[in-house]
Amino acid sequence: MGFLFEQDNFALFRDGFLQTLELSALSSLLALLLGTLLAAFRVSPVPALRAFGTVWVTLFRNTPLTLLFFAVTFGLPPLGVHFSYLTFAVLALGGYTASFVCEVIRSGINTVPLGQAEAARSLGMNFFQTVTLVVLPQAARTVLAPMSSVFIALPRNSAIAGAFSVAELYSAQQTFSERGYSIFSIFFWVACAYLLISATVATLFRFLESRLAVAR
Amino acid sequence: MRTSRTLAVALCAVALTATAACGKDGTPASNAASASNAPALPTYTVKTDVKVDSPVIAEAKKRGQLIIGAKADQPNLGWEDVASGDRSGFDIEIAKMVAADLGFTPQQIKWQTLVSSQREPAIAKGQIDFYVGTYSINDERKKTVSFAGPYYIAGQDFLVKSDNTSITGPESISGKNICTATGSTSIQNIKQYNPKITQFDTYSACVEKLMSGEVDAVTTDDAILKGYASKYAPKLKVVGKPFTKENYGVGLNKDDKVLRDAISDALKAHEDNGDWKKAYDATLGASGSAAPAIPTLDRY
Amino acid sequence: MKFFNRPATASVLYDTPGPNARARYRLFGALSVLGIAGLLWYVISALADNGQFDPDLWDAFQYNYVQQMILDGLLATLKAFGLAAVFSLTLGSLLAAGQLSDHRPVRWVCTSVVQFFRAMPLLILIVALYYAFFAKNPMWALVLGLTLYNGAVQAEIIRSGVNAVPRGQGEAAYALGMRKTQVMSGILVPQAVRSMLPSMIGQLVVTLKDTSLGFVITYNELLFMGKKIASQPLNAAGFPYIPVVLVIAPIYIILCLLLTALARWIEARGRRGANRRTSAAA
Repeated sequence: MGFLFEQDNFALFRDGFLQTLELSALSSLLALLLGTLLAAFRVSPVPALRAFGTVWVTLFRNTPLTLLFFAVTFGLPPLGVHFSYLTFAVLALGGYTASFVCEVIRSGINTVPLGQAEAARSLGMNFFQTVTLVVLPQAARTVLAPMSSVFIALPRNSAIAGAFSVAELYSAQQTFSERGYSIFSIFFWVACAYLLISATVATLFRFLESRLAVAR
Repeated sequence: MRTSRTLAVALCAVALTATAACGKDGTPASNAASASNAPALPTYTVKTDVKVDSPVIAEAKKRGQLIIGAKADQPNLGWEDVASGDRSGFDIEIAKMVAADLGFTPQQIKWQTLVSSQREPAIAKGQIDFYVGTYSINDERKKTVSFAGPYYIAGQDFLVKSDNTSITGPESISGKNICTATGSTSIQNIKQYNPKITQFDTYSACVEKLMSGEVDAVTTDDAILKGYASKYAPKLKVVGKPFTKENYGVGLNKDDKVLRDAISDALKAHEDNGDWKKAYDATLGASGSAAPAIPTLDRY
Repeated sequence: MKFFNRPATASVLYDTPGPNARARYRLFGALSVLGIAGLLWYVISALADNGQFDPDLWDAFQYNYVQQMILDGLLATLKAFGLAAVFSLTLGSLLAAGQLSDHRPVRWVCTSVVQFFRAMPLLILIVALYYAFFAKNPMWALVLGLTLYNGAVQAEIIRSGVNAVPRGQGEAAYALGMRKTQVMSGILVPQAVRSMLPSMIGQLVVTLKDTSLGFVITYNELLFMGKKIASQPLNAAGFPYIPVVLVIAPIYIILCLLLTALARWIEARGRRGANRRTSAAA
């Protein structure tokens, strides 16, 4: 276990940890924004947008994330898109998670009683107002639990980026095992780091849940 | 004409589940042609009464197969043709000559493709019997595996686009985007020159990134780079100023001195009888440089 | 066509459009179709300009050996998936039973196991298993990794399903004098499985997709084969990463859609069965 404090190992581990955090945070943001947009598309009155949302979700939910990383890292540069590998990873991970976020939000919208939207409409609100002012705030409450699993899964999935030239925790693990340290002690520290992240996310969601809770 | 061919190929790919309804056998003509120009490969006599008192070999004898780890994406060095499954290259020849002296025919070799970062665990845990694939001997690796060799000396160099004149050696890479493979010695060697490092698990991914212009250079041993440069001539070139010495060895289990000696003996025998030179001319020689001197084996 | 019809829920969110609104929607529709078509056209023409549709790049797919490789990869993927699906459902049921146990130590152990494996990245788990125990047999590292992770998730799904069964059901069963095991296996779990089937199959889709992580530990599954085809090109035209993605991705998508369709079918059948039973009893 002590290997972490030899040579520059701790610096490597810390940098990997921070990179995982950065990658997860940026992808979460993208997933949340894009996912909400897609959900709006999927319930919108415009058929073309609904179809677009459906196709996006079908494609991204059913493609392995690893393959998506391949598609983004090796597929975008020929299209003239040149970003850093971190950005590519954010795009792949964010786009993938967005499809899950979209489905969670959509099913959340389904749980809001019909009368709410009807009441909003009879007050003269349009689609945009109905969704953002009345339906989504109420959906947010029921959506929290499934949303927390999506966002606990995200940092975990971010490990795949390590195989695509992002220097995060998985790539730190690889470097350590190349340096010949025992896989068990490497795994111990890496596991600790991920448990810390997922515990933080879970706590955050529990906090949100208690803040948003209403007596029913 | 072109579109119709694309369409045909696409249809083939779609009809793939209908197993090989419209498939072709063998290797593309271009590959076959380059093979026929090259000098002939040596053939190795398989020894019959081999007594190597090593658990690894005993196990291999029992299963009737020698499992050799190799690379698959390095032209002229460790290459696997996906259209036929045939392996070729200098490392493959070295593996075959060692196998022959251990009593295994080429048909009895089971190849296992491993990328750089997988080599130590695969050897240490016995996934493979030994490994022949641009494996630099160094002290850090000697902690987990042992080496027979060196059988070839390479040097780290840079592969760049043909029109690139700004990269001339390690001193000129500061701030440049340099790609190399995870788990290779090449990373350690260039870190001090402050490049931006991109890492993939294979060199072929790096070469793809070089051709699409995302990285400025690929760095690793010149033997590997020359293979890519000759395959993708005239798009790519090797800078040609090696700045390290990489001793290639056969990687094997750390505690198996008997097998190490047997492999060293096999290498020595084939170096002395001219097979080494013939194998070089038929493989790496095609990358455009004459055979260097054979390094002296380091037995320990 | 059902695909593009207006979902029942959505219609609540906006009024039935009048002539003005319909005209506006048509305009939006036309604009977004144009936008999407433009994007698609840009992507395709950029790929074409880049030479990605050059027949030489697609050459590999013509060969029997390559086609056989893809087929073998597909079978290897399905094999790992099948094993992992069976094992993870078994492990999931066991862990769920443990989590719902009356004995505090059992509950505690099972809950920590579930929480631990739910938080560990599968990639790291698989690589660690491979390096530590299964270097000779990467398939089992993959299967075991998938089993541990998906088993933990399945356990959570089953547990929440059991907890969601109305309390009266369990109470009624206890009142009839059934023991805990009987209540669980006879009353609660069947109802929980029926209501949780969509989530469970959804998790199986995740399992199927995650078999692709086998490529980092030399397991010869579909993505591994794809990567091989992409990194060992037959000619000097370049590396066919994009062609490989265009061939491999649809295979995965079709497999996952088939699995989802299977889930819907089972669900529909289960509902029909349930109805029949209630009507027979009535």
